[in-house]
Amino acid sequence: MEVMSETPFVPLTPRPAVAAVPDGPGDTAAVPVFETDALSVYYGSSLAVSDVKMAINRAEITALIGPSGCGKSTLLRCFNRMNDLIPGARVEGSVRYEGVDLYADGVDPIEVRRRIGMVFQKPNPFPKSIYDNVAYGPRVLKMKVDSMDDLVEEALRRAALWDEVSGKLKKSAMALSGGQQQRLCIARAIAVAPDTILMDEPCSALDPIATARIEDLMTELKHDYTIVIVTHNMQQAARVADRTAFLTAVVHEATGDRHGELVEFAPTATMFTAPSDERTEAYITGRFG
Amino acid sequence: MSTAAIPAPSLQATDTSRSRKLRNHLATGFIWATFLAAALPLAFIVFYVVRAGMRLFSYDFLVTNIPIISAQPGPGMAPAVVGTLLITGAATAIAVPLGVLGAVYLNEYGRRGALATFIRLMTDVMSGVPSVVMGLFIYTIWVLRYGLSGFAGALALACLMLPIIVRTSEEMLRLVPAGLREASAALGCRTWRTTVRIVLPAALPGIVSGAMLAVARAAGETAPLLFTIGVVSKPNTSLFGANTALSAQIFKNAQVPFPAAQDRAWAAALTLILLVFVLTLAARVVSARFARK
Repeated sequence: MEVMSETPFVPLTPRPAVAAVPDGPGDTAAVPVFETDALSVYYGSSLAVSDVKMAINRAEITALIGPSGCGKSTLLRCFNRMNDLIPGARVEGSVRYEGVDLYADGVDPIEVRRRIGMVFQKPNPFPKSIYDNVAYGPRVLKMKVDSMDDLVEEALRRAALWDEVSGKLKKSAMALSGGQQQRLCIARAIAVAPDTILMDEPCSALDPIATARIEDLMTELKHDYTIVIVTHNMQQAARVADRTAFLTAVVHEATGDRHGELVEFAPTATMFTAPSDERTEAYITGRFG
Repeated sequence: MSTAAIPAPSLQATDTSRSRKLRNHLATGFIWATFLAAALPLAFIVFYVVRAGMRLFSYDFLVTNIPIISAQPGPGMAPAVVGTLLITGAATAIAVPLGVLGAVYLNEYGRRGALATFIRLMTDVMSGVPSVVMGLFIYTIWVLRYGLSGFAGALALACLMLPIIVRTSEEMLRLVPAGLREASAALGCRTWRTTVRIVLPAALPGIVSGAMLAVARAAGETAPLLFTIGVVSKPNTSLFGANTALSAQIFKNAQVPFPAAQDRAWAAALTLILLVFVLTLAARVVSARFARK
């Protein structure tokens, strides 16, 4: 029921699913990891994202695109309950992860976040050594590890950073370049063996070369992890994503308030060649809708 | 088209640039003048304290008891050195953990909530309470019941240090980028773990500076000690029972008309300045070593 990693190294292989997913033939293709239904997010009394229904598949890259303020980051942060950290944020509807409602009573957001990793827009390594950045998660979560050195090396290799930092693991992570820092953040997220990695505009602070490396890395990682990426770079979505969701900001006629809505969600190729909604077409052809 | 048609630009100074230059010089001069006005008194204080204090300051001065008769010449401030270290140390041990934990509550948990806002207001009120009033407060709630003691003095000093430590620590915690907290939370760490392992280490140098500011302030306080610690002529290494302190001895010895006592006051002042200086230096070194890890 799980796609097992080729590497013999156990702690980095994806964990088994929280809830039972139907076993049997046919579930290897397009198994939904996340399913949202009537999902709305409010900040205080203002609506940020309204009525999203979508399903995100295992071992695929799903991109969320759309103009600024369309709520794509807000939507992404529902998938690991990071919105809980924002005072006044409130979620309605449901987000199911492996069939379990993430917002049900008794669900511990801490447990959710260790299974669903996140990489942020601005590289945010801890002001510690490169080694300690990667080892931080496993140490704090008291993961049973045979050799922390091996785990750190494996995570850095998967993040395509090992060759550049193997000789200076004890050096401060703050001395790395922006692109290296972002790959370190990916290594740090991988080190706690999540099932899914959420990426919130991971390349927006990077130059094109660093961006290309991260994109290669995403394609590499999708064999073992489900990846959801927010980007406002349509070319990036077209290059890496299997499926793309387009969100846009809708202005409420009576009050003038803006909120985000999911317009279209389709395989990336379909989305960029034959969009079914004219707002999508206007956006992807550059006629901002 | 020939390029010769374009006239050569005039690169001479204009009236505007000359006046700007003049104003620049005036402003620079003014800034230097304010700097000197602020730094000169400090230089004079250090100069006079060192000059007058050196008349008696020596190793002997730190380890000899205070002469019982004020007019008697010679060294002796050992009980006050012991008392200051003990009382300030105890006050620090009370105020630093409370203050830092309070700041952690305000910045990491309470944030903009009603309770946090109330605590912030009360902290500001507390830092505005004159130190002599703080001494009277401890006098009424502690000394009247249990008598004069070094511990009572430490309580009074801790009350003075607490608001300083809370506010400086909170400022330092606020400077820690929110991205670090998010990164840690996204790995599945609880707020407390994140605070202990990421936020506090990142804010440590600033918190130590704030705490040292409070220690320096407390070590020099005289008023709250006057009616809380009493007086002794031999060192009392226990927190309980009467004690004395450098600041109290400076106050006492400077008041009497005998040159011998006044010399002791000067040397005690020098001792106090050196003590605070050494403590601050040590704290900086320790926190710098911590921050590098």
